[in-house]
Amino acid sequence: MSVKIIFNNIIKRYGSNTVIPDLSLEIKEGEFFTLLGPSGCGKTTLLRMVAGFNSIEGGQILFNDKLINALAPGSRNIGMVFQNYAIFPHMNVSKNVAFGLTNRQIPKPEIEKRVAHILKTVQIEEYSSRMPENLSGGQQQRVALARAIVIEPDVLLMDEPLSNLDAKLRVDMRNAIKSIQREFGITTIYVTHDQEEAMAVSDRIAIMNKGIIQQVEQPQTIYQKPSNLFVATFIGRTNVLDATLQGQTLEVDGYKVEVPISAKGWKVKASVRPEEFFITEGAGEGIGGIIEHSVFLGLNTHYFITLKNGQEVEVVERSTKRAVYAPKTEVRLTIDPAVINIFTADGEKNLSLGGGPNA
Amino acid sequence: MLEKQKRDMWTLITFGALAIYAVFLLYPLLSLLVKSVLPEGQLGFGSFAKFFSSKFYYGTVINSMLVTVSVTICTVLLAVPIAYILNTVKIKFASTIQILILISSVSAPFIGAYAWILLLGRSGVVTQFFKNTIGIQTPDIYGFTGIMLVLTLQLCPLVYMYVSGALKTVDSSLIEASESMGCTGLKKMFKIVGPLILPTILAGALLVFMRALADFGTPMLIGEGFRTIPVLIFTEFISEMGENDSFAAAISVMVVVFATSVFLVQKLIAKRKAYSMSSLRPMQVKEAKGIKNFFAHLFVYGYIVLAILPQMYVIYTSFLKTSGKIFVKGYSVQSYVVAFSKVGDAITNTFILALSALAIIIVLAILIAYVTVRRPNFATNLLDISTMFPYIVPGSILGIALLTAFNKSPLALSGTAFIMILSFAIRRLPYTIRSSSAILHQISISSEEAAISLGASQVKTFTKITLPAMLPGVLSGAVLSWLSILTELSTSILLYTIATRTMTIAIYTEVLRGNYGTAAALSSILTFITIITLLIFFRLTGKKELSM
Repeated sequence: MSVKIIFNNIIKRYGSNTVIPDLSLEIKEGEFFTLLGPSGCGKTTLLRMVAGFNSIEGGQILFNDKLINALAPGSRNIGMVFQNYAIFPHMNVSKNVAFGLTNRQIPKPEIEKRVAHILKTVQIEEYSSRMPENLSGGQQQRVALARAIVIEPDVLLMDEPLSNLDAKLRVDMRNAIKSIQREFGITTIYVTHDQEEAMAVSDRIAIMNKGIIQQVEQPQTIYQKPSNLFVATFIGRTNVLDATLQGQTLEVDGYKVEVPISAKGWKVKASVRPEEFFITEGAGEGIGGIIEHSVFLGLNTHYFITLKNGQEVEVVERSTKRAVYAPKTEVRLTIDPAVINIFTADGEKNLSLGGGPNA
Repeated sequence: MLEKQKRDMWTLITFGALAIYAVFLLYPLLSLLVKSVLPEGQLGFGSFAKFFSSKFYYGTVINSMLVTVSVTICTVLLAVPIAYILNTVKIKFASTIQILILISSVSAPFIGAYAWILLLGRSGVVTQFFKNTIGIQTPDIYGFTGIMLVLTLQLCPLVYMYVSGALKTVDSSLIEASESMGCTGLKKMFKIVGPLILPTILAGALLVFMRALADFGTPMLIGEGFRTIPVLIFTEFISEMGENDSFAAAISVMVVVFATSVFLVQKLIAKRKAYSMSSLRPMQVKEAKGIKNFFAHLFVYGYIVLAILPQMYVIYTSFLKTSGKIFVKGYSVQSYVVAFSKVGDAITNTFILALSALAIIIVLAILIAYVTVRRPNFATNLLDISTMFPYIVPGSILGIALLTAFNKSPLALSGTAFIMILSFAIRRLPYTIRSSSAILHQISISSEEAAISLGASQVKTFTKITLPAMLPGVLSGAVLSWLSILTELSTSILLYTIATRTMTIAIYTEVLRGNYGTAAALSSILTFITIITLLIFFRLTGKKELSM
């Protein structure tokens, strides 16, 4: 039932404007795959090319070995969940859910059985005869999901399905989506601009920018080993410091630390996440700075610190019994050299992943 | 009244507007009712009995029903596909076609009737051509067929504009959802798009129904023996003026009751089937391929040629040389010279009367829209219903009602310019009220509250905050009101005197007298004014369409 999806050198153009220049990708069978990127990065465009609503100007999209470029949307056996749900306002919940099945000439008793089952799965069986206008956002979302899944699609496509829900419901729904996807094992492409959501639901994430895939990896790898500075700054928070790398010595603002990679006097950019800094008081080694202000959030405490060179950085510490550093406190920051990422000066390449800038 | 509202200037405006409607609409209609049941000064239903006693009279009801229902069905069958095609398929010169559709709708129906007579009538060009060169007798254009043809083509744009507007509120994701589940083409049209726009189709159909029912000029010119109710009312009222207009009143009352029930039934159905939709991404026109593309173009072009042909032909004949009443070989501007010298005053009258009415319409519409939208209570509800009445009451009936009510002191208004302006204003107010309230519904009340909380007075809040935001909506309604005043015939034909004769009346009388050249010249001037109005409107608003 489920398929793998292969993109070979996909090109998308609107007139003379190229939105996706050349994209290749393979999505595994049964995988929960997320396209993540800032708005306008081409993620929705790519999703709609799979759905058949956008034309494909070059390259191939294959479901297993089947070329689908020229296939009509209705013939691709796809379930799609739209951003605004696209629930038909003139049909009640069960009619909405049954819509795809009635178009497939499935016998009526069979339709009723499958609709009842899926409504139960998405936990809206008590609303089966309600009209959409009498449903809350979360319930409409469940109808949209049920309608997409009930046809037993080869591929499930979701276009920012949670963006119209409030924060709490978003968390509930993404868990529901994830568990339903696991249960059915449908190859799923999920589009979002919310990185936390992407981290929470995905087997793998593709980070897109300007129509180009920057990195395709599991959530953990993307966070810890971003392939370039764009990914490092887009996923999670990070501080980018100008540094030089001489041998294995990284020097930032006079502070020297030994790192696992080496080079001959290159200017580099060091991406240090807030939790990869350590704060100490008094004399000793480290980058000098002054606490500007702090935010105590229970588990963690965030510090906003101005370095000697004027740059402002964010540091996170596990909260302790000790009093929070007061503003204007002079501190020194040291770096955990094993976990930080060092990029070339143009930010295009992560040196920590091995190989020199010229490799 | 759920919420106790303060008495302020809006209360005053509400009651002022109600008073205007009470005096100038409800009182005349009541006078008509009284007249119908008091034939000789005492209570009796003789007029109603007379109507049902002779087929000559009640036959007109059958005729009117036949025309109205057929025209409504044909219009919907023609207009809905055109709206759907123009909103989903890429048609070459689509924006020109949209403007042509508008132009075809904003002429008086009887001009269409007279143009079709020139083309397909007994001595029409097309008829003569077929008879003399090919030897085929073309079908008779007079009677039912002619009325059908003229009114369908004339009223089609109304449904087109309604449906077009509704299609723009259908989000394309609904269409895509349907397509991705294998529901495409005609099936998609019937199962998804159709039901979603059904309330709008019904609203458009109702408007067509009322217009077809009320139209007087078309059956008068092209109907010949096929008499409809407005024709009967008019002839009875004119011929028995002063003797027994109780009979005309009785027919009028029956028509109003009937029209009101149709209106209420439509409201009931539309309410049950209405869905609120907000479209994030409206449907896009797409290039169609092959045979589908061919037929889409053929259908749209075929329609637009038929729709615009009468006006084009009228413009053409306006430049023909005439000798007496007959067109002769060669071209000249003689008809225009005659038009200006003979009925130049009609042009001036039209502008004076129509502009005065328009000014009243704009002021009243803005105020009425504001109180009905922002101050919903019993009084404003009543006002809302009163303003809808002119939609239902046919123009000729309103004309008779006004004459019945205002032919004696203290309000002896008949024959004055004021009664003309009044009838124009009352009849064409609904357009502007409708568009003004529509836009007001979209303006958040919080900007008004912000202004009030910042210390602005009610008047200042309204004039500086609300009114500027309302203007685009007011403008589009005002254009419709203006254009429909220019082509108004059925009320003014009863109310006019030589001093208040409008262009439309002049055209009608010239056609009746057989002065086709002068009529054509006047019609062309009217079309020209229409086009200029539309161009100014498009320029001002940057739009390409007139929304209803």
